[in-house]
Amino acid sequence: MEKTKLITRPINWNKIEDQVDLDVWNRLTQNFWLPEKVPLSNDIQSWETLRPHEKKLTMHVFTGLTMLDTIQGTVGATSLIPDARTQHEEAVITNIAFMESVHAKSYSSVFSTLTSTAEIDEAFRWSEDNPHLQKKAEIILGYYNGDDPLKRKVASTLLESFLFYSGFYLPMYWSSRAKLTNTADLIRLIIRDEAIHGYYIGYKYQQALAEESTTRQEEMRGYTYDLLLELYENEIKYTADLYDEIGLTADVKKFLHYNGNKALMNLGYDPLFPKDECEVSPAILAALSPNADENHDFFSGSGSSYVIGKHESTTDDDWDF
Amino acid sequence: MFDVVYFSSISENTKRFVEKFGLKTVRIPIKTDEAANFVYEAENVLVVPTYGSGEEKTTVPKQVIKFLNNPANRKHVKAVIATGNTNFGSSFGLAGDMVAQKLGVPLIYKAEILGTPDDIETIKERLEQLWLTR
Repeated sequence: MEKTKLITRPINWNKIEDQVDLDVWNRLTQNFWLPEKVPLSNDIQSWETLRPHEKKLTMHVFTGLTMLDTIQGTVGATSLIPDARTQHEEAVITNIAFMESVHAKSYSSVFSTLTSTAEIDEAFRWSEDNPHLQKKAEIILGYYNGDDPLKRKVASTLLESFLFYSGFYLPMYWSSRAKLTNTADLIRLIIRDEAIHGYYIGYKYQQALAEESTTRQEEMRGYTYDLLLELYENEIKYTADLYDEIGLTADVKKFLHYNGNKALMNLGYDPLFPKDECEVSPAILAALSPNADENHDFFSGSGSSYVIGKHESTTDDDWDF
Repeated sequence: MFDVVYFSSISENTKRFVEKFGLKTVRIPIKTDEAANFVYEAENVLVVPTYGSGEEKTTVPKQVIKFLNNPANRKHVKAVIATGNTNFGSSFGLAGDMVAQKLGVPLIYKAEILGTPDDIETIKERLEQLWLTR
């Protein structure tokens, strides 16, 4: 038997094979943030205005999000590394995995700022006992641990671009009512990161898919819509379980449809849900896009709309438009 | 009808978006030096994806800036359409606002990622209207 010699190659960032790797690396690193930069303690007074069931809902929603970030950070993103097409892709994925761990930790910052150990413990117990949340994790983990690299990418993109949104809805809802606005700033930073993650993994999926046979491409298309619907069915139950009491389930579902379509588009597929089922309440859309002047605490704040000033020399391009 | 001049990175999201318009499409080259020498002199709508996350410097793809540095190209752009993602909040489709403002032409639509069938319908209607009233 012939022996093949394995060569280990150091990564060379001066020789880029796929420009998207470098572009995404730059965007992700430019966007780097930590929860400590968001003045969460400014939300303490606002938190006390929530009713007990609203507090509990918020904590459940955040432990649910923590669960997804935990999975994506420690299993999901890292499971994509062996299938990477370039060493730069491997490096980008390590950034994605780390940021997911930052996201997961940031919910704990929210908890420790706003609430007590007993309440935190209750919320984490809830996450272990909630059948829909557990089911969601089980479906996704099944594909992450499976042996089909394309399916792993689809599952990962659906997690990044679809599964988070039943949770993201609530802080946007509170923010539209001028509650927990600093927490909402933190969530917007997460939402921005997830968009890049979904775009990048979806792009790598499409690149790999293009090299497959037509039969395999058709199989993957069918698989993607099936998986989305399987997750959707569970997501509807999860949503009802959380939001029925506060009367928001119908509106959250529209938000799910809207984001489900975007997840499909990240994978290169046509949207599934018709327009009138995706009409998200304008208050939520407005909360997603705060104007730059809506800073809650300009001097100490580092929210998603607050950009640290930088100076830069002008170039010919600036004036020769 | 207008032609569609667009920029799309190798991820080709914007390419697939503009192909649904049913119009003649022309792609600005990905290589920056080729984009700088690329000339298109027929009335067109410019479709521009938004990059970065609000860092003004990197919001408009540099190939589009190079293309628009040529006055001959600028003269024929009659409207702008932007693509982006609302996840970026207030910088959603920002490249479209920036280019439209610089050129003094209308930004007629912002779409997300590949655009939905409803997005395409609306864009077609608006282009038709703009074409008739030009």
